[in-house]
Amino acid sequence: MRSIDLKNITRNVKEMCIEANYYLSEDMNDALASALDNEEAQLGRQILEQLQENLVIAGSDMIPICQDTGMAVIFIEIGQEVHFEGGFLEDAIQEGVRQGYQDGYLRKSVVRDPIYRENTKDNTPAVIYYDIVPGEGVTITVAPKGFGSENMSRIFMLKPSDGLEGVKNAVITAVKDAGPNACPPMVIGVGIGGTFEKCALLAKRALTRTVNTHSNIPYVRELEEELLDKINKTGIGPGGLGGTNTALAVNINTYPTHIAGLPVAVNICCHVNRHVTRKI
Amino acid sequence: MEKYVNIPMNREVASSLRAGDYVHLTGTMYAARDAAHKRMQEALAEGKALPINPDNNVIYYMGPSPARDSRPVGSAGPTTSSRMDKYAPALLDLGLKGMIGKGKRSIAVKDAIVRNGAVYFAAVGGAGALLSRTITSSQVIAYDDLGTEAIRRLEVQDFPVIVVMDSEGNDLYETAVLQYNKEN
Repeated sequence: MRSIDLKNITRNVKEMCIEANYYLSEDMNDALASALDNEEAQLGRQILEQLQENLVIAGSDMIPICQDTGMAVIFIEIGQEVHFEGGFLEDAIQEGVRQGYQDGYLRKSVVRDPIYRENTKDNTPAVIYYDIVPGEGVTITVAPKGFGSENMSRIFMLKPSDGLEGVKNAVITAVKDAGPNACPPMVIGVGIGGTFEKCALLAKRALTRTVNTHSNIPYVRELEEELLDKINKTGIGPGGLGGTNTALAVNINTYPTHIAGLPVAVNICCHVNRHVTRKI
Repeated sequence: MEKYVNIPMNREVASSLRAGDYVHLTGTMYAARDAAHKRMQEALAEGKALPINPDNNVIYYMGPSPARDSRPVGSAGPTTSSRMDKYAPALLDLGLKGMIGKGKRSIAVKDAIVRNGAVYFAAVGGAGALLSRTITSSQVIAYDDLGTEAIRRLEVQDFPVIVVMDSEGNDLYETAVLQYNKEN
């Protein structure tokens, strides 16, 4: 049994909210740099140069990379031998988000009710997913999600007979419909299988995987590569203003599903694909 | 073409801009997004005056992150324009000459741009830190209770935008994508 003080959780969540919004992860930086190297469109290169400059300014002047500092999505894996002390875990996480968004000069973008829309003024509540895992470790991933791209995400309840071709069409359809709205070059998180909500969660989780890694299932890896190639042939390009870099990566997660179904979720993220992970 | 334009701008200037032009805007613009547009529409429906006069002005679809220390504004990139499509034609008919945002617009907005000799610009989405540097002053002038969604008067110096829709009905999002499409 390991005891963890919840103040430790609050402090880490706070720091991660700030870190994610000012500094892009190394894999994303590398992917954007290599996009600039191979972009064929002149305007596309100009836009990618602006994005590089933007990342430098964000870090040096401490201005968030994007004004949409997102709704905080948090994945927490809790070893079953862990005991938390000093209150309730969810309160500690929400307090970390509150402090991070206030002290970090991050935008408060959350409204209390989806219809009446009163801003909560501290960006809480975050969306939190808990997983119980073996051992006594705790792993937290903070992934602030902007809604320009979130709004363009889709779920398709395909038929089993639609097969792999159906999956490809679903992803390409979602990307084409998103076009310039989702701030390309995008990162595409795809979930295949599970149930309606599990599939969406697989897609969201796929966005937190580094963009320079592939699935270790051979056919899924091939699908990731093929879809990225197809997406980059659409011509949408940086900013949606034409070019050869529409997506930086396609990350796919799969899960067993029902004999009657083939759910496919496409969670689209912009080029500011933010995620920070820490082990506590 | 690369162009330098002072704003506010009249119809002659706005209608001279062409899809694909890279434009540096200098002068005064207004930031307003979803909630502010909804209130402006309600004001118009009730026959009340708007907090800004749209005539010859430019509206930037943007809600900034909080300003740090002595800076005028935080991160300040464009939000998705299509959510303002419902409100834009009425403002264009009242003389609005330019909109800055990102993403596609409706046919009704395109028609209103052509009808009024106006223009729709895209700023680069997700470049909020870079764009922030071109904003020299930001002042909340209406709907303060909306927080980041309040209406702000912005002074800008060489604010970089690209003309997406022009007064002739051209749409760069449609034409540029076809140029680089390699399907089939």
